[in-house]
Amino acid sequence: MADLNDEAVAAALDAPVGRGEPILQVRNLKKHFPLTQGILFKKQVGAVKAVDGVSFDLYQGETLGIVGESGCGKSTVAKLLMNLERATAGEVFYKGQDITKLSGRALKAVRRNIQMVFQDPYTSLNPRMTVGDIIGEPFDIHSEVAPKGDRRRKVQELLDVVGLNPEYINRYPHQFSGGQRQRIGIARGLALNPEIIICDEPVSALDVSVQAQVINLMGKLQDEFNLSYVFIAHDLSIVRHISDRVGVMYLGKMAEIGTDEQIYEHPTHPYTQALLSAVPVPDPEARAHRERIILTGDVPSPANPPSGCSFRTRCWKAQEKCSQEAPVLAIPERFKGQDTPAAHFSACHFAEEKNVVPAH
Amino acid sequence: MLLEVRDLHVEFHTRDGVAKAVNGVDYSVNAGETLAVLGESGSGKSVTAQAVMGILDIPPGKITQGEILFQGQDLLKLKEEERRKIRGAKMAMVFQDALSSLNPVVSVGDQLGEMFQVHKGMSRKDSRAKAVELMDRVRIPAAKERVGQYPHQFSGGMRQRIMIAMALALEPELIIADEPTTALDVTVQAQVMDLLAELQRELNMGLILITHDLGVVADVADKIAVMYAGRIVERAPVHEIYKAPAHPYTKGLLESIPRLDQKGQELYAIKGLPPNLLAIPPGCAFNPRCPLARDRCRTDVPPLYDVTESPVKRASACHFWKECLHG
Repeated sequence: MADLNDEAVAAALDAPVGRGEPILQVRNLKKHFPLTQGILFKKQVGAVKAVDGVSFDLYQGETLGIVGESGCGKSTVAKLLMNLERATAGEVFYKGQDITKLSGRALKAVRRNIQMVFQDPYTSLNPRMTVGDIIGEPFDIHSEVAPKGDRRRKVQELLDVVGLNPEYINRYPHQFSGGQRQRIGIARGLALNPEIIICDEPVSALDVSVQAQVINLMGKLQDEFNLSYVFIAHDLSIVRHISDRVGVMYLGKMAEIGTDEQIYEHPTHPYTQALLSAVPVPDPEARAHRERIILTGDVPSPANPPSGCSFRTRCWKAQEKCSQEAPVLAIPERFKGQDTPAAHFSACHFAEEKNVVPAH
Repeated sequence: MLLEVRDLHVEFHTRDGVAKAVNGVDYSVNAGETLAVLGESGSGKSVTAQAVMGILDIPPGKITQGEILFQGQDLLKLKEEERRKIRGAKMAMVFQDALSSLNPVVSVGDQLGEMFQVHKGMSRKDSRAKAVELMDRVRIPAAKERVGQYPHQFSGGMRQRIMIAMALALEPELIIADEPTTALDVTVQAQVMDLLAELQRELNMGLILITHDLGVVADVADKIAVMYAGRIVERAPVHEIYKAPAHPYTKGLLESIPRLDQKGQELYAIKGLPPNLLAIPPGCAFNPRCPLARDRCRTDVPPLYDVTESPVKRASACHFWKECLHG
């Protein structure tokens, strides 16, 4: 098991200039799901290391994008940030308070400020509740936000904010399209005036023309309410569009993290480079002069990750060192102290800048 | 011409009324050519493909008009028995969701081998050997050892490759791939699309790629048909359409996708929602969402105008295509 990495933690703590206090600080967060054997006497035979040491900061009013392929642990991170899953180790500080240790009333109070928008607008809304009840339900739990007589008006206000007709308050979810349902999900997330919204693949179930509407809405709401987003998605173009900073995850670990420009135009981790080069670009002219890095093989099982660097089994740069020593998420030695966009956190022994996104 | 679809109309009779899913579609594919059919959910792109393959559920579906010419022969006039001989052997389909398209309780080898047993009358043993050969061909490592395994033992990318192997088994002349990579991660998507393109070249197959992803289309297509509310709204070679779309819907789609190489401010968003197929707006179906719409669009259904200006042929179903193309 990877030890707590002081350098990585110190590096992540190194706040970018002029952003003030981080609103959320995640330190060496881990979630291991036990694998058991036996029926009566359950014996733990191993663990799926879904999240295995993730650290990052989130600042007021910014969007942190988290990208990665299925199974990399990005959705588990989302649940850990809400304390919907108990962390195996590590801390999540919300304004200095570690929420992984909270329970009961204290946890409820914190959750008021951290809300979530889910991926699938078809299954995340109760089909037997009206839209008014769905959006108003948070007020039942946190009754201090809206007194009983005021709720209907509040819900209608929220519908208006997300661009739905306030008269639809008595309709049921099936009467809406996918994009409209996602707006309802966003309205529910906004109900308690949270500071942070965690969005887990909020637009991936939507059609292209509707996707743009929802992304624009999220941008508008962020400006209006000074929200901080953790935006989890697998679509790299959308993440770039909406994010201020981006973290790339692979097999439960953060491979690289930096500003959108650093990650997209100056990636130094081979996984990020492969990922970016694989994204189809909507420009047939780019077809001829594109360099594609096609990875071989599949993602290893998180129950049995490779020794050393977890990406080494698919990496074209892998050497002896990579199997023995797990790379640290830090500014690579060769870029230290330099004023270059390549100087950002990257967990690779052989970090090297390579621009893989064709310019137009 | 390998395949030609002419003026195809498909309806679905539902409890709420008649849903007009396909309303006069024309497209064609040659051997070795890739046609991308682009559209959002409900645009009729998959229903058209199902009609071509002959796997449309009838009823509730009903083909009310049109011809589907495969090597000059109208498939709609054939008996089911004759169609079955074409399906699989001469044209095959790759579906989106490999996990639910494969039988979970039959080994992968048996599913692949079935093709040879049914169509070629091969023995079980011979068809097994063929299955291993196919798995090798789609680059599944240790094919010999894995031929007896079940779908759940393979990863998502491998399952999709098995689906491709199954479609290719009898070396068909036409492949229809319905969102073949939508459920896959980008790095795996790149592997699968590369494989598909390579095999297509090798066998000189016609490929109809049904997708909503403008990126994938730009990577592999030769020509594009854009569908909206059961109609083709624009048809053009791939380079022309990205350079200068001739229909406001295509233009809106291209402008509404975020780009990897630039950080935009606000995305262009097509206002409103795709139409309800039970009540398609009169005139041009896109008119309630169109920035160029005027009175004529609300009454006259636009034909697919020939908008060829250069040597390459293209068509657009917009009364004001000139404005769209040059404005």
